[in-house]
Amino acid sequence: MTSMRTVALTLAAAAAALAFVAAPAQARTTQAELKEGGWAFESPLGRFDQAQLQRGYKVYAEVCSSCHSMNLMYYRNLCQQGGPFYDPKHPNPNEAPVCKAIAADIKVPDIDPDTGDATERPATPADHFKAPYANEAAARAGNGGALPPDLSVMARAREGGANYIYSLLQGYKDEPHGLTVPDGKYYNIYYPGDLGSAWSGPKDKVPVGGFISMPFQLVEGRVTFDDGTKSTTDQMAKDVAAFLAWAAEPKAEERKQTGLAVMAYLILFAGVLFLSYKRIWRNVEH
Amino acid sequence: MSGHSTYEPKTGFERWLDARLPIVRIAYDSAIDFPTPKNLNYWWTFGGILAVCLMTQIVTGVILAMHYVPNGDMAFNSVEHIMRDVNYGWMIRYIHANGASMFFLAVYIHIARGLYFGSYKAPREVLWLLGCVIYLLMMATGFMGYVLPWGQMSFAGAVVITNLFSAFDQVIPGLGTAITTWLWGGFAVGNATLNRFFALHYLLPFMIAGVVGLHIWALHVTGNNNPTGVPVKSKADTVPFHPYYTVKDGFAIVVFFILFAWFVFFAPEALGHTDNQIPANPLVTPAHIVPEWYFLPFYAMLRAVPQKLFGVLTMFGAIGLLFAVPWLDRSPVRSMRYRPTARWFFVLLVLATLGLGWCGGMEPDDVVIRTGQTANGDPTGFTVTWLARILTTYYYAYFLLVLPLLSRNEKPSKVPDSISTPVLSGGGAALPAGAAAEPQKKG
Ligand code: HEC
Ligand code: HEM
Repeated sequence: MTSMRTVALTLAAAAAALAFVAAPAQARTTQAELKEGGWAFESPLGRFDQAQLQRGYKVYAEVCSSCHSMNLMYYRNLCQQGGPFYDPKHPNPNEAPVCKAIAADIKVPDIDPDTGDATERPATPADHFKAPYANEAAARAGNGGALPPDLSVMARAREGGANYIYSLLQGYKDEPHGLTVPDGKYYNIYYPGDLGSAWSGPKDKVPVGGFISMPFQLVEGRVTFDDGTKSTTDQMAKDVAAFLAWAAEPKAEERKQTGLAVMAYLILFAGVLFLSYKRIWRNVEH
Repeated sequence: MSGHSTYEPKTGFERWLDARLPIVRIAYDSAIDFPTPKNLNYWWTFGGILAVCLMTQIVTGVILAMHYVPNGDMAFNSVEHIMRDVNYGWMIRYIHANGASMFFLAVYIHIARGLYFGSYKAPREVLWLLGCVIYLLMMATGFMGYVLPWGQMSFAGAVVITNLFSAFDQVIPGLGTAITTWLWGGFAVGNATLNRFFALHYLLPFMIAGVVGLHIWALHVTGNNNPTGVPVKSKADTVPFHPYYTVKDGFAIVVFFILFAWFVFFAPEALGHTDNQIPANPLVTPAHIVPEWYFLPFYAMLRAVPQKLFGVLTMFGAIGLLFAVPWLDRSPVRSMRYRPTARWFFVLLVLATLGLGWCGGMEPDDVVIRTGQTANGDPTGFTVTWLARILTTYYYAYFLLVLPLLSRNEKPSKVPDSISTPVLSGGGAALPAGAAAEPQKKG
């Protein structure tokens, strides 16, 4: 028995070692190690910082929304529990004055019920975020052929999540000598890519990162924060990444809080069952 | 064990019903009074855990189907609508998605339990075969379920798996193409494919439930195996299922739920892939297509074989072997507790399968042991493909060589006379281990 255990352990250790020895060979896609945002919301019980979500929404609304849609988001979402503008005094997000005001500033396309003609009207909290382009072709035409992806679930759709967005937005570096950046593209150290073919330097020193079609956006001071926070590139990137993390799963806080109660219940219940088990089996030799 | 019923109808209604449809009697005999070996360990709790997993999947699945839209343009968004706007929709969906992983985790443990304790041997062959059918149906259901959210990995998975059948073009030209076209309902994976997968994903779990009924029926004919593998000899060897195993299984189920809940509430996407949060786009293929973790060992086998048709056959053959195992292992000793040699090979089988799972998640050309490097500085050496080949060979050898040969040549240690006689030893340390070992077959 003991000898068998030793063998099993040895083999397990060997397998674990194997996992570390392995190095990817062909997959040459590279990217610099992501910056860490130090997010409170990432821990098992962590919550979003509401002030940060408000700043993040502002960055999205004033910068990103000119190219990127967020089709899964409705203006009411901003005022729901856990959202950037949630106010306990107005629990119904459709009636919350902040969201009504945010929506009313935006014109959305509609059909005139009397004439059938296309018209515009002010949005309501029940409308979804207005997309910058009418369709994909228009979006590509406006961006040199590249399609700015929908950002609704972006924070869940990339390895690294919020850290990736936070890093990407400030990953624009001057290209190293020997790297030819194609027209309409930008060198970004966090954008996963394989720069081998654009590199004339030594073959084993290919720079990490890739070429992205999105230009650098967050020039210092681009957004003026209402709470007086200094709008550095790092700050704006961090805040918009936090906002996108929230938007990717607006129910994350509810999920974690429910989880806490469920865990407490299950652990207690397991304890009770274990004691019952001990008691019921006390006279059985097994 | 079966046959003799101790049920006594207590009320007038029960007597009336018992004479017409003895359904309460059956329930009583199989879940209350059923004589169960008293020495079952925690590995035996996974049967009950699996039953709970199946029910969980069916209940959450039916609720999801009330909101899900099986249409290529709407499927992705309808799932997000469930996560965002349906009350507790996020919980239902995360339970269902992680529930599939939990289901497979449990079934793998359940199967390993059967392989180790020889639960497939006479008289439980049919019980075992029904289990294998359940497992096959689970794989089909899991695969089609993963296609439904219609993300990039859903789509790529559907393309890769359905394309496997095109390998039959190598048998009869045109046959494979005909099969794939028929599976797709068109000339590519598309809306028709999604619709039929949804219909089948809804159907199969109920077929599983039917086969589970047969599985449990067969169980109640032969009775449980147990860790010693020695058949029940007398009443002293058993306890009634209730309350003894209801409480033990109940405890195990709740402990299992703690793990389950951890994933659902605190790491709901840890077992998923980020690419599946990108809506399916036939024009863009993900850089690195990987199936769900529970298919990885088979995926590794598929890729380990250079020739497509043989790769497909190797993969399906690996599952086919499970069906044959009752007739491959002829040893009269059931439990590997008393088969000191076989036990080692079993440990290796488990490690080989885990290793294959790891290979399935890597790129085939990734280097496991580096021996040199190319001009670009990329490592060269022993690759994942080669590791997978060795492990696949061992997997096959375990069933086709080790078990049949050991049945003839191995010296088992002493088996106790009955479940109740004082256990002879902790488990077979009495014999010099490996005395009759077969030379290990390897690739
Ligand atoms: C001028 C238009 C424009 C603006 C403004 C813009 N983007 Fe982009 N963005 C793009 C384009 C185009 C792409 C596609 C890049 C590609 O495919 O190479 C993109 C891609 C992205 C990606 C995906 C990168 C990947 O891994 O595929 C993210 C994340 C992103 N943008 C975030 C933002 C955020 C956050 C903002 C606001 C701070 C923003 N973008 C503002 C045009 C824009
Ligand atoms: C949906 C999946 C399954 C369910 C719900 C299920 C359920 C059960 C239950 C409740 C038992 C009772 C005994 C116990 O607790 O172990 C059992 C026994 C058994 N199962 Fe399964 N099972 C499933 C899949 C499988 C599979 C895939 C196999 C093998 C390939 C299998 C093989 C067996 C065998 C051999 C027994 C008898 C074991 C013994 O008592 O020693 N089962 N199953």
